[in-house]
Parts: sequence; structure tokens; C-alpha cells
Amino acid sequence: MTPDTLGSERPAPVLSIRGGALGFGGRGLWSGLDLDIAPGEFLAVLGANGSGKTSLLRAMLGQQRLDAGEVLVAGHPARRGARRVGYIPQQKIVPPGTPLRGRDLVMLGVNGHRWGPPIATRADHDRVDALLTAVGADAYADRPLGTLSGGEQQRLRVAQSLADDPVLLLCDEPLMSLDLHHQREVSELIDARRRDHGTAVVFVTHDVNPVLGMVDRILYLAQGRFTIGTPDEVLRDDVLSGLYGTSVEVIRSRGRVIVVGVPDGDHHHEVIA
Amino acid sequence: MITVDWETYVQLLALVQNSIIAAAVLGILGGLIGVFVMQRDMAFAVHGISELSFAGAAAALLLGLNVVAGSLVGSLVAAALIGLLGARARDRNSIIGVLMPFGLGLGILFLALYPGRSGNKFGLLTGQIISVDIPQLGLLITISVLVLLVLIVVWRPLTFDSLDPEVAHARGVPGRPLSFIFMVLLGLAVAVSVQVIGALLVLALLVTPAAAALRVSSSPVLVPVLSMVFGFVSAVGGILLAIGGSLPISPYITTISFAIYVVCRIVGSRRLSATSRRLSAPSRRTLEAT
Ligand SMILES: Nc1ncnc2c1ncn2[C@@H]1O[C@H](COP(=O)(O)OP(=O)(O)OP(=O)(O)O)[C@@H](O)[C@H]1O
Ligand SMILES: [Mg+2]
Repeated sequence: MTPDTLGSERPAPVLSIRGGALGFGGRGLWSGLDLDIAPGEFLAVLGANGSGKTSLLRAMLGQQRLDAGEVLVAGHPARRGARRVGYIPQQKIVPPGTPLRGRDLVMLGVNGHRWGPPIATRADHDRVDALLTAVGADAYADRPLGTLSGGEQQRLRVAQSLADDPVLLLCDEPLMSLDLHHQREVSELIDARRRDHGTAVVFVTHDVNPVLGMVDRILYLAQGRFTIGTPDEVLRDDVLSGLYGTSVEVIRSRGRVIVVGVPDGDHHHEVIA
Repeated sequence: MITVDWETYVQLLALVQNSIIAAAVLGILGGLIGVFVMQRDMAFAVHGISELSFAGAAAALLLGLNVVAGSLVGSLVAAALIGLLGARARDRNSIIGVLMPFGLGLGILFLALYPGRSGNKFGLLTGQIISVDIPQLGLLITISVLVLLVLIVVWRPLTFDSLDPEVAHARGVPGRPLSFIFMVLLGLAVAVSVQVIGALLVLALLVTPAAAALRVSSSPVLVPVLSMVFGFVSAVGGILLAIGGSLPISPYITTISFAIYVVCRIVGSRRLSATSRRLSAPSRRTLEAT
């Protein structure tokens, strides 16, 4: 926390975007985006395929320049390789035969960016052990990555992303292709992290249901526009109808939320926001 | 194939001792860089680079220039072209497929025009380490050691970039510069291998040892160590077996490295079936729970 915010009641944001705009080839993805994420906040980013969710994360990682506006991480312009930013990429299953065991994936997060003779220190090994224990991956840490299930791989990804004790954790569809049981386990790991350590979480997802109970705010991207607010403010017929520019219905059933009537172009209808 | 008595053999050994050192260093280098060749799926690129390296060496031979230098130029041009034009695997393979016959054809043309001894001609394609003179051997060893040193410095970021590029880039690993550095290192390693084992056979030192090691282990420590040992044993063993007889060195090297690969495959499939037996026993979930 910077000294000038000590007196105020709101802590300094971990991430702020001011007037952010991005588009490709004349097509605007979003513009006029203002966003402050507080320590420990859980922000879910929802939107159809191609609505610019991954691009937004890339901007936060300093890998994508905005057309306008700025992205600040802990008060500094976003840049590649910022040490206290953790990242879980849009999931791809590691092919069998990849010469990595579970613990090696985590080790890459700990020291993979370092130059020089590839000798892991005692401290590196201890860190990896601690991370593996924290995500409950000890049992399969020594098996080749390619032989592990999607859920097991994703736990290891969580451990890898926590290597540098991040203040901001960026997750790109971390639940994709996991069954319900593993979806809950992985999202609970991430939720526990932000509760225990005040890590802010940006969580891109197609389906908000597995994390509905954890989400503080939702950023919903659609049709080159966006809306931000708490789940109760955003997941409403009138709000989403306004966003999509057509009549959309939000159905709540047994604690789950389903959005129906989303326009065809968004490939999104049976999906669940 | 040893047709000489022990004393003559030892004398021969002393004569070729520099060749043995060159082969040893190259065996180690080939084993280590081969790990990245496998990780980055670049076996075909190695073959493509070696054909252009051959063309460069043949051109140098024809023009009366330094053959190692010609081989280096050919290698580096090929590595740069493949690196610049072939960022994606599909583009890369088509570029290599186009470059390879072109390089081989050029090389054969230069050799056909070359009026000198024919031993030199075949040497570039199939290996000639024994006929390389001492200063040139020194050059080969220096290049190999330099490549090894740089490889060790970039080892971790290069591994990260090869196996987990998205996270590596997010963590500040410079992807493009690293790819470029790797292509240069690979070009240099190929140029040296062309001199030792011949353009047609470089894969035996730059790919086979690593492929064999990957069959028996997934550990990022054990794989390079094994691969290095396999490369060393193939290269040095090949020379030791060959010097007593009249056959060229390359077939010994390729046979040893192939034999190692076959053994590793057998050992590896035993290991795999043991693992899957373990996993399919009562049920996976219960195993995970324990
Ligand atoms: N570097 C780029 N150059 C050109 N177009 C791009 C680039 N990056 C992204 N795009 C385009 O921007 C749009 C948004 O892409 P992005 O990957 O951010 O979508 P997404 O919301 O993550 O989609 P998904 O749900 O499929 O992962 C897409 O139409 C994509 O083609
Ligand atoms: Mg995406």
C-alpha cells in the first residue's frame, strides 16, 4: 500500500484501467473501460467467444498495447514479466511425452525466467514443495505432466501461478474442460488464495456458476460494449438486454444462473453466464 | 572390424586424439542441444540446415576457401531463414522442405565442379573427422564449447519458452530473441556436426540421443544428462571402433546411437506399461485419493 492511501478507507487498487480501448482491424472490442480492482477482490470476466477477454488479460500482462487509455498494476504501467502478477493461461492439455513432471511445471514458475546454469537452489526446491502442498498436488507431483488428468494439471497450474506470491492473479478460463467436481476444487483453491493473502483475482470464464458464490463483481463484455457490477446488478434481464441490444432473459434456478436469448452471432446461447 | 594389433591401435589413437576430443565435445553438445530440438519439434529443421551447411562447405571447397567457414555460413543462413520465415510449425516445415533439396542440389553441383580428390567430396556428406587437420579441429572444438556455454546460460528460459510459452512470455521470458539465439546455436552445432559425421547423418548426433533419453525419462535433469552420455558414447565409441579398421566412422556412430535408441524404447515401453498397470488397478479415483 502506498503511504498516501493509508488514511483513506479504500486501499490502493491492485489494478486500474483508465479509459481503456482496444480493437482489431477496425472492430472495437471495448472502449471507455474504467476499472479498479481492490486487493482481495474477485472479478469475473464474462463474454462470448471473441469478445476480447483474453486480449484484456494480455493488456494486463503488458503483452497487448491498448488503442487508448492505460493499465496500471500496483500503480505502475503494466509490463511483461512483472514479478507479482500470476497467470494461468487458457487451458491446453499438455501432450503425453512432454519432458516435464508436475513439480517441474511449478519449478518453471519459480525459476524458469532466470538465466545462468540451470541449478535449482535449496530455496527453489522448498518453494516448489510448499506450492505443491498448498494445492494438494503432492501425490502426483513426480508423474509426467502428460499422464495427468485435466484437473490435476490445472491444480499444478494454480501452484505455478502462485510462485512469486502474486498480488494479482489472472486466470483465463481455468475451469474449461473440467468436470463439476474439479471445477469446484480449482475455483476454491483460487478463492482461498485471495482470502488468505489478499490476492486480487481476474477470472475469465464462460460459465459463472462455479464461481458465483465467490465473485465480487462481474465485467460482462458483449457487442463491443461492456457492463460492470455485482452479480445482482449485472445478471438481470434489463441490464443484459440493454448490453446485447435485444431481449435477453436471465433464469435463476436452484442457485444456478442461465442466460437465454443471446443473439446468434455470439455463439453463446446455451452457455450460461 | 579391428584388423590391427594392440600396439598399432594405440599409436593410431595418439594420431587421432584431436579428432576424439572433437567428437567427444560434439557428442556432448549434440546430446544437450538435441533436448531442445525435441522440445521445439525441430528435427526436420536440423536436417534442412545440414543440407545448406553442406552446400556452403562444398562451395568453400570449390573456391579454395576454409571448408568449416563455408559450412558455418551455409548453416547460419539456413537457420536464419527458417527462424525468420517459419515461426509457426506448418510454415517452418514447408520452408525446410523447399530449402533442403535446393541446398543438397547446390552442394552436389559444387562438388561435381570440384577438380580435387574425391575423398573430400564424400566426406562432407558422410563424415570425415579423421581427415580434418589440427587447426580446423581446434576451430570445431572452440565453436562447440562456445555453443555449450551459451546453451547453459539460456537453459532455463529456453526450456520455459519451449515447453510453456504462454506463461513464459507472461513471466518476462523474451520469446523471439530466445528463438533467434537458439537458431544460431543450432546452426553452429549443425555446421560442426557436418564436419564430423557428414550432412546426411547429423540427426544421429543431434536428435537420436535426445529422442532415446526421452523414452526412458521425463525428468528435466535426467533427460539432458542421459542424452549427453548417449551422444558422447556414440561419437567417441564410433571413432574408437573405426580407427582400427578400414570402414568410415559415420556408420559406427549412427549404429551405436541407433542401438541406444532401440534399447531405450524397449526399456521405456516396459516403464510405461508398468505405470498404466498401476493406474488401471482398482480405479483411478481411489488411487488419487490415497
Ligand atoms: N493480435 C491480434 N491481431 C488481430 N486480431 C486479434 C489479435 N488478438 C485478438 N484478436 C481478435 O480479437 C478478438 C478477441 O480475441 P480474444 O482472444 O480476446 O477473445 P476471447 O474473448 O478471449 O475469446 P475466447 O472466448 O474464444 O477465448 C478476436 O476476434 C480475435 O480474432
Ligand atoms: Mg480467450
